Amino acid sequence: MAEKYLTTPLSDADLESLRIGDLVYLSGVIYTGRDAAHKRLVDLLKAGEPLPMDLQGQVIYYVGPAPAKPGKPIGSAGPTTSYRMDAYAPTLIAQSGLRGMIGKGKRNDEVKQAIKDYKAVYFGSTGGAAALTARCIKTAEVIAYPDLGPEAVRRLTVENMPVTVINDVHGGDLYIEGVNQYNTEA
Amino acid sequence: MEGNYYLGADVVDAFKKGLTEEVSPTGKDVFKQLLENAEIAAEEQVPMCQDCGVAVVFLEVGQDARVSGGTIRDAVTEGVIKGYADGYLRKSMCDPLTRANTGNNAPPIIHTELVTGDSLKITVAPKGGGSENMSTVAMLPPSAGRDGLKQVVIERVRQAGPNPCPPIVVGVGVGGNFEYSALLAKKALLRELGEPSPIPEMAALEAELLSDINKLGIGPAGLGGKCTALGVAIEYHPCHIASFPVAVNINCHAARHKSTVL
Repeated sequence: MAEKYLTTPLSDADLESLRIGDLVYLSGVIYTGRDAAHKRLVDLLKAGEPLPMDLQGQVIYYVGPAPAKPGKPIGSAGPTTSYRMDAYAPTLIAQSGLRGMIGKGKRNDEVKQAIKDYKAVYFGSTGGAAALTARCIKTAEVIAYPDLGPEAVRRLTVENMPVTVINDVHGGDLYIEGVNQYNTEA
Repeated sequence: MEGNYYLGADVVDAFKKGLTEEVSPTGKDVFKQLLENAEIAAEEQVPMCQDCGVAVVFLEVGQDARVSGGTIRDAVTEGVIKGYADGYLRKSMCDPLTRANTGNNAPPIIHTELVTGDSLKITVAPKGGGSENMSTVAMLPPSAGRDGLKQVVIERVRQAGPNPCPPIVVGVGVGGNFEYSALLAKKALLRELGEPSPIPEMAALEAELLSDINKLGIGPAGLGGKCTALGVAIEYHPCHIASFPVAVNINCHAARHKSTVL
């Protein structure tokens, strides 16, 4: 369980160095997207059309932020539950070069396999710590699907956003191993 | 708005207690983040969580109270629309099939109860989607008994794991019928943390369930640890001789509710 500082886009070396439980302070550009946006991105890939952003080595944060108050780049911005993106994540990892996902909650076996096969990572952000996370977001700009409102795709610039490695390229799963470590049922 | 900016003192105290009692270092870090988050939200007047929820409103209408100038439903709806707009709160209500956002977080979900007196008590309890999705109603065979009830609650929390943003609050509706058990579970979430059921049998069950849930190891944010739930509250109602409804409504640690009496 190390502390690491990483800047996007993530390299293979970055991804191989990560282990479950690592606390990573992430900086650089990341993108937002929830299930509605994921469906549109995957539909574009299926149709052989270009995506609205280059996802090579990039990270998608599963978030639908609250509206920004005047003078702020963004409103409170904690993670949404990730399983709703499970149907789309393996395709994005395989076909767009997506390498990182930030959310909360368990992923299915297909996503975990894609993380191993293509060298990617699933980070957990603390659910509900939304005002704290918003402080790490320096700029935010809607770059696609404004009709989706809070679910539109945004390009964010983040500085030292704290995230925890949940699923790594080595097949580790903190949600399983962490719970097993502290389970005291008879 | 206030319900979304300020975390209740009972929840803040539970976080502080959790920070002391949690054995997992990662879990302690999560409690520190949640305390800091609550401070920032209050200081900057921003929502503690971006999911500002479905506006669930409980109305206790005194049967001698009189409302003039329009319907209570319209007034509550207008209040919700204004609060979510003025408060820079996220609008999360949408069409179930097209998923088109209603744009103003209306309509609220309103539960009305007639009570004695001439006042009107309004409780607003914004409810997040992540924890709501982990909730359930079970129609148990009556023979399942106390153990069956406990199993439903424990297994629901185990399956939910990290998804509903632990440390969670667990509302349980015991008895009633299909729809009423769910309402009882929701009402249970309005109780102050640490306040036991006035029914001794239920209070004992609450304590047992809390202890068992905190043996699961899920921990803060689901990263492993001792503090999986901050509280368990049970609301009770008699039921049909053929039935044994048990509803489990999970709330995230942003256990928000705010009341006012008019």
